[in-house]
Amino acid sequence: MRLLPVAEGVAWRVLKNVFSNPSILVPSLAFPLFFFTAFAGGLSQVRKVPGFDFEPGYTAFQFCFVLVQAAAFGGVFTGFGIARDFESGFARRLLLAAPNRTGIVLGYALAAAVRWVVTATILTVVALAVGMNVFGGPFDVFGLYLLALLVNVAGILWASGVAMRLRTMQAGPVMQMPVFLTLFFAPVYVPLELLSGWIEALATVNPLTYVLEAARGMLAGEEVHVLLAFGAALGLIAAFGFWALRGLRSAEAAG
Amino acid sequence: MSAAAAQVGALASRSITRTARQPASAIPPLLFPVALMFVNAAGLDASTRLPGFPTDSFLAFALAVPFIQGALFSTMNAGTDLARDIQTGFLNRLSLTSMRGWALIAGQVAGIVVLGVVQAIFYVVVGLVAGVDFAAGLPGILLLLVFAALVSLGFGALGVFLALRTGSGEAIQGLFPLLFVFLFLSSMNAPRHLMEIEWFHAVATLNPVSYLIEAVRSLIIIGWDGQALALGFGLTLAISAVSLALASWALTERLTRT
Repeated sequence: MRLLPVAEGVAWRVLKNVFSNPSILVPSLAFPLFFFTAFAGGLSQVRKVPGFDFEPGYTAFQFCFVLVQAAAFGGVFTGFGIARDFESGFARRLLLAAPNRTGIVLGYALAAAVRWVVTATILTVVALAVGMNVFGGPFDVFGLYLLALLVNVAGILWASGVAMRLRTMQAGPVMQMPVFLTLFFAPVYVPLELLSGWIEALATVNPLTYVLEAARGMLAGEEVHVLLAFGAALGLIAAFGFWALRGLRSAEAAG
Repeated sequence: MSAAAAQVGALASRSITRTARQPASAIPPLLFPVALMFVNAAGLDASTRLPGFPTDSFLAFALAVPFIQGALFSTMNAGTDLARDIQTGFLNRLSLTSMRGWALIAGQVAGIVVLGVVQAIFYVVVGLVAGVDFAAGLPGILLLLVFAALVSLGFGALGVFLALRTGSGEAIQGLFPLLFVFLFLSSMNAPRHLMEIEWFHAVATLNPVSYLIEAVRSLIIIGWDGQALALGFGLTLAISAVSLALASWALTERLTRT
């Protein structure tokens, strides 16, 4: 009970903070655009590598990575805010005031999702403006954004679990580095078939590889590992949801 | 030992000790560039199959990047340390002593240069262990260390200038993404002649970081490329001269204000 009012209140506060504070907002908007520019612009010749077969082109290939990366990091950036709330003492007052504390986690997740929608919209507009090809139909495109949104939810649940356990801004690298590494241990620059050695072995067991391949497939209008990708994303949400709720209990116990 | 040399030595020693005592300052400049290099080298290895790619080992191609990335970290370290000295009042107290202004800059930068050379030796060892064959041989490696020292001098002095102007460690940290923009919009991941997107090629060509990377890269994968080395050394000397002049001016301004 009273889950939604708590979630709504927390989400509103986070979003107000983010959108009225350029030092928080700008990096989360600028970084995806910067990565998109650097990868799609500087590495476009990679599409000529023998065996590289992605019909919409390298811009679209990198757009999918940056969309998923922005989704995951949108969650992590919101996690920084949770850590800051604990450092400032606000989160403790929130724990005392909230009639349903699960709503606190839900509220942060809602705020992260809204932040990602803004970032994804800007990224998409820029990608289309520079001539990105979209071969998938409306249903495919919807699936692409839904999949990225699920990654965003997994990202905020992971980060909130860390933030609620450690309750300090110094936990930033703990939230960030595993996400960064997991993303870069996926086929970022070329498809999985063109990877070799240790990176291929890691990419094959990395769930984000299948999320990324499905996202690229949907943009290209060819369904690749779609069920596996959604299953992996939902699995991450379930695991990190449990992690976040246990983190909440840990924060409650700490008082 | 003259008084000036003693002042420079004491400040350089303090700068090195301070960095060495803080794992959070000393370890990331060593490990993060290497980690990024291995990840990029593994992910982009397929691009060595492109016609015209200058080597068949992307690791050898990418090894140049940590040298420059490490130097960018030097900017942050030098700047953040000096900014902390300003914020804590250490610089004010120092200005009451007989210390010469230029000795402060020289001491701070000397510490960064020593750390820059240590970083460069680490990257060379990592490259050799990973099987990279340095085309210019031992003389090339020695020249590379000299180049690393010069690059650290230039970027370290830039960090000192920024710290003296802003007086805030947070402001220096806030510039970190900007330095990364210079790195990513360069020939870091691809040779310029293979870049297809015209505007990106133009930006990479105008970006001085491209020439710093290409000078190091030439010693690793080509051997002795006079043009790449001349451009790299020339730009590094120019950056160092400008940064030192700016740091000197900023110090005068800062001491006048205090």
